[in-house]
Amino acid sequence: MATAEKIRFERVTKTFTVRDTEQKGAMKEFTAVKELDFNVKEGEFVTLVGPSGCGKSTLLDLLGGLTTPTRGRILIDGKEITGPGLDRGTVFQQYALFPWKTARGNIEFGLEAKGVPKHERKEQANHFLSLVGLSDFGERYPHELSGGMKQRVAIARSLAFNPDVLLMDEPFAALDAQTRESLQSELLRIWQKTKKTIIFITHGIDEAVYLGERVVVLTPNPGMVKKIVDIPLKNRLEDADIRSHPDFVKARHEVWSLLHEAEYLGANI
Amino acid sequence: MVTIEKHVSSAPKLIKQKEFGFSGLQKVAKQSIVLVALFLLWEIAPRIGLVDPAFFPSFSNVVIAWWNLVISGELFTHFLASITRSVSGFGLAVLIAIPLGLIIGWYPLARELLNPVMELFRNTAALALLPVFMLLLGIGETSKIAIVLFACTWPILLNTIAAVGNVDPLLIKSARSMNISSFKLFLKVILPASVPTIFTGIRMAGTGAILVLIAAEMVGAKEGLGYLITYSQYNFQIPEMYAGILTIALLGVLINQSLSMLERKFSKWKQNPNGQN
Repeated sequence: MATAEKIRFERVTKTFTVRDTEQKGAMKEFTAVKELDFNVKEGEFVTLVGPSGCGKSTLLDLLGGLTTPTRGRILIDGKEITGPGLDRGTVFQQYALFPWKTARGNIEFGLEAKGVPKHERKEQANHFLSLVGLSDFGERYPHELSGGMKQRVAIARSLAFNPDVLLMDEPFAALDAQTRESLQSELLRIWQKTKKTIIFITHGIDEAVYLGERVVVLTPNPGMVKKIVDIPLKNRLEDADIRSHPDFVKARHEVWSLLHEAEYLGANI
Repeated sequence: MVTIEKHVSSAPKLIKQKEFGFSGLQKVAKQSIVLVALFLLWEIAPRIGLVDPAFFPSFSNVVIAWWNLVISGELFTHFLASITRSVSGFGLAVLIAIPLGLIIGWYPLARELLNPVMELFRNTAALALLPVFMLLLGIGETSKIAIVLFACTWPILLNTIAAVGNVDPLLIKSARSMNISSFKLFLKVILPASVPTIFTGIRMAGTGAILVLIAAEMVGAKEGLGYLITYSQYNFQIPEMYAGILTIALLGVLINQSLSMLERKFSKWKQNPNGQN
């Protein structure tokens, strides 16, 4: 396990000016995330869990370089994030596949953005289609694929341009329980194979504990780090029913308890 | 991988589409029954004296008149005149309105500046401007092509602007996160995503093109299907008049069908029978 630091949040705060709902016409400042300060190691799988309104999406936009922090900064490999880049790949909850492109076309899209020559794209697309188990579905359009398959394509698309960091925004939230579970273990398998650093946002406690080596628990309004919980699970993939393992149950309970403390009262978990 | 088979079997959408062929055939049969009945009624009504045959000749008489017009080559002359005008005006509108709409849609400032003007023009009935076009451009081909161009421009332009504005923001976000340039974003995301909506505008323009042209031809022309209709009416060649109307109806259907076909070809990725996506 590599221990080099990959991502560093340095007291990251992001505020927005929003319409004041109490006073007509007035604007007020809204703090989405506040004083985030933690590191992610190279090759680490970190999950972020919190209720709605804990600034999860903001955090991901910040990491993706789609917006900049109001205060503080985020460093990747010691360099401040200034914009989007192909060193990071994002997987969205709603797949965000281009509906006019086939599964293969979608995967090749990122390669094209990276400037990979045409003949190599096909080969790489094949590789990633087989990595996510969709070798026979390359020529299908997104509307011809099930939700789980779409998300596989989206994961393949993000992996294809070979980013160091994979950002995942509740990628399995829209899937049924069974598909979700199989994609979770597949993601772990892909992670072990590709050794990517993964930041995975979820509101599912089970999912956070099952996937993450560490779980960052966030508070709502504003989003702050409440605690970072180490998950000491080994052999997640070997153990057929890891979710009933005492270590898993213990870790799950810890995260659950954190999310049910006073400041979460009334929050939508 | 063990999990894959499960997913293969959980994609039942593909099978559903196949049934469409059969139900589509049934649909065509259902629709043509009414159409045939209508033609029958048209045939019988004048014969049994339900309507005056002088003003409303039977369907067979109209068909005979139509056939005579075909043989004499007269119909072809009028048809050619009309189709040339409408295709020229329509084609020019496509060439002008799509690029213009893409630019206006892409730049918010352009949209804000031009919106009031466009609102005004789109709501001005093209035919109301026919006298203006005739005064300025004469009664020749130019004024007719110009009015078709005018009528076709608005639906295409407005739909193109709307299309660019309504591209799923998530797709834009997704593309931006891959660090592609604005130009590439436009070319690879905005443009393909806009195609279906642009085509809606094109189809509307196609219908409008015929409508406006016929009216223009009725007012002042020396040939064309609209002219054929008014000319036949003045000379009390009633079956010929109906033959002209029938031809226009067929032309309209033809144009709409071919545009629909083109639309399906360009937006085949959009068909989602289950209303999902």
